[in-house]
Amino acid sequence: MTVPPVPARGNASLTAAPGGQGRGLAWLAVPALLLFVAFAVIPLIGVFVLSFTSWDGLGEIRPAGFDSWRAVLSDPGLPHALWVTFLVIALSWAVQTPASILLGTFLAGFQRYRAVLSVVYFIPLLLSSAAIAITYKALLDPNFGLGAGLGIPILVQDWLGEPVLAFSVVIFVVSWQFIPFHSLIYQGGVRQIPRSMYEAAEIDGAGRVRMFFSITLPQLKYTIITSSTLMVVGSLVFFDLIFVLTAGGPGDATRVLALEMYKRGFQANLMGPASAIAVILVLVGLVLALLLRRLGGRNSSHSQLEGA
Amino acid sequence: METRTSSRRTFLTLSMGVPLGAALAACGSSGPTQAGAGGGGGSTSGGGGGGGKATYWYLTGQPNEGVRTRAVERFNKANPSSQLATTTFQNDAFKTKIKTAIGAGEAPTIIWGWGGGGLRSYVQAGQVDDLTSWFDQNAAYKDRLFPSSLGAATVDDKIYAVPVECVTPIVLYYNKKVFEKVGAQPPQEWGDIMDLVKKFNAAGVAPFSLGGQSRWTNMMWLEFLFDRIGGPEVFKAIYDGEKNAWNNPAAIEGLTKMQELIKANGFVKGFSSITADSNADQALLYTGKAAMMLHGGWTYGSMKTDGGDFVTGGSLGYMNFPAVQGGKGDPSDTVGNPAQYMSISSKATPEAKEIAKKFFLTEMNSDAQSKDWVGTTQVPIVKGVDAQFGSGADAPWQKFVYDTAANAKSFQQSWDQALSPTASEVLLDNIAKLFQLSISPQQFATNLNEVIGK
Repeated sequence: MTVPPVPARGNASLTAAPGGQGRGLAWLAVPALLLFVAFAVIPLIGVFVLSFTSWDGLGEIRPAGFDSWRAVLSDPGLPHALWVTFLVIALSWAVQTPASILLGTFLAGFQRYRAVLSVVYFIPLLLSSAAIAITYKALLDPNFGLGAGLGIPILVQDWLGEPVLAFSVVIFVVSWQFIPFHSLIYQGGVRQIPRSMYEAAEIDGAGRVRMFFSITLPQLKYTIITSSTLMVVGSLVFFDLIFVLTAGGPGDATRVLALEMYKRGFQANLMGPASAIAVILVLVGLVLALLLRRLGGRNSSHSQLEGA
Repeated sequence: METRTSSRRTFLTLSMGVPLGAALAACGSSGPTQAGAGGGGGSTSGGGGGGGKATYWYLTGQPNEGVRTRAVERFNKANPSSQLATTTFQNDAFKTKIKTAIGAGEAPTIIWGWGGGGLRSYVQAGQVDDLTSWFDQNAAYKDRLFPSSLGAATVDDKIYAVPVECVTPIVLYYNKKVFEKVGAQPPQEWGDIMDLVKKFNAAGVAPFSLGGQSRWTNMMWLEFLFDRIGGPEVFKAIYDGEKNAWNNPAAIEGLTKMQELIKANGFVKGFSSITADSNADQALLYTGKAAMMLHGGWTYGSMKTDGGDFVTGGSLGYMNFPAVQGGKGDPSDTVGNPAQYMSISSKATPEAKEIAKKFFLTEMNSDAQSKDWVGTTQVPIVKGVDAQFGSGADAPWQKFVYDTAANAKSFQQSWDQALSPTASEVLLDNIAKLFQLSISPQQFATNLNEVIGK
């Protein structure tokens, strides 16, 4: 039996090599590390310190012990915001992932028209969130929007004024914006799968659906983890889109954690509690990312190609 | 595969970097965000105004921007040695920016604002100068201003801001054409409003337009209801920090009446997703989709510009908010913005402060500027300015605004400006919920009693 040669794309031996070359090149990480410290570590410490103070953003910063934490943790707004954030993460993941995988797989073919399509699909990602939010808001306006303009009664809903509808719109718009990006990741992932596997499956008489579930999906495991991590951590900090689209409303139906932080810090002049929420946001993000990593298994950073 | 080997690092940076990005944003960026694209003469300048220059930030948006720009141009031309450097901002960007700049010690010499609770927070932080003695020295200047404009400039009996620009009470607008078509008369009291709601709903016209997502739009209704039912004392007790002041029976009655109106479909469908910034609420009125609208005096100008011949053709009606039967309040009272306010940053240099004071004295509320404001269909806060209205198409409107402001025994400042930023955020939040009918009047009062005096 002749096994077709697998092109050696991945270079697992290089990364797996303990020490050696890796250590010699460690200084290359210095600029990145400096930036990371300057823009991530130091502000994080600053925010942490600020969460133990009382500051209205104008006058003196006074130490306040655990006051801000007590205020934030005893406020029913926090569990609500956490719940809304969790729902946004879970639902937007559940909508985006299957759609992106299917779209990515479809686009991974090599016909020319698919390349054109993938460019077209990519356009939503190029627009700024604020522009998207303003556009959707105009389209969904019950009096002057799409439904009223085209005279389609079913489209004339109070889209952003009913809690459930507003929440669904947020999920829809978020998905509309980010599915293109994740499709691109999946397109790349699918193209990395050796053709030989499909050829072998074809010989064994597998159909398209069977190939998708038995080869494409398992082979995409680590792509799914990467894409999901990006989605989850990304949706944790959704702010601009929701801020412009619903401003957290109606009531507090779409008030996510990041919005809660902004409202306290900049609208209510309570920098201490806002910082406490920021710290909570970092912790939640960290926990979620670690959880996803655990889910992906220890060796997700290695190639999953056989023979590589 | 390279992508996989780097995924750990990517993911670490992502997992930490992204929430931190948000945290960073919370700390505010204080680079000079110059939004002077609005056509004004926006030349930028850094912090607190060093040397022979003072700095002044103001808002974009015509026609007001033009009036502000021309005042600066006149001043700079007349005073070659003491110049005013300006930067312009959009409304919402300005609100965040000015707060961040003051907190970072980078405030402009002239701090433009809305007075009231925001000004109080600057005063408490020691960021603005006390102008009481300056006003005493310039008593004639002070006497020319509407007396009601000084309240929101005063904190603990000291004046910290110069009232400037225009008076904008909240007005009940209506579409005369729609009223004619339905055969209705403008409401004389609250009972008429409830009758009109039935009448307009039956005719397929929304009774009231409302940009509810902006929240302060809903607040204007409560301001009037509280005043008409219980008089200005109801809110004054809240403003003065009296315990449980929101539990006043007049307040509860007002909140209940509000929810009755909402339940009776008094407002346009989808009102809680309409924003006032997009002027969609005004469009509902001038397109005849809604019959009435409670809104600020500033919308007259934009309806005139955007509404085709709605204003010029005489279809716009306006009146003061009607009485509530059995209420203690005086129906000639009004609410809204008595003026805009300019303070001087305490961090500015003495030279810059002198320039700012000279600017106040020679340009702000000057005859030239009053004329300019009158030309934009608005009413400057200067006594006797009604002599300048002439007989143009806008004169009746200006006369109405002038008389409303001048005759009001109480001109209450908008609540969200009057209260501290902390209390006003809770207020707006609960107003949104009250209008969603997701909390009862009693819950509303309870939630707000917690932040009284904060």
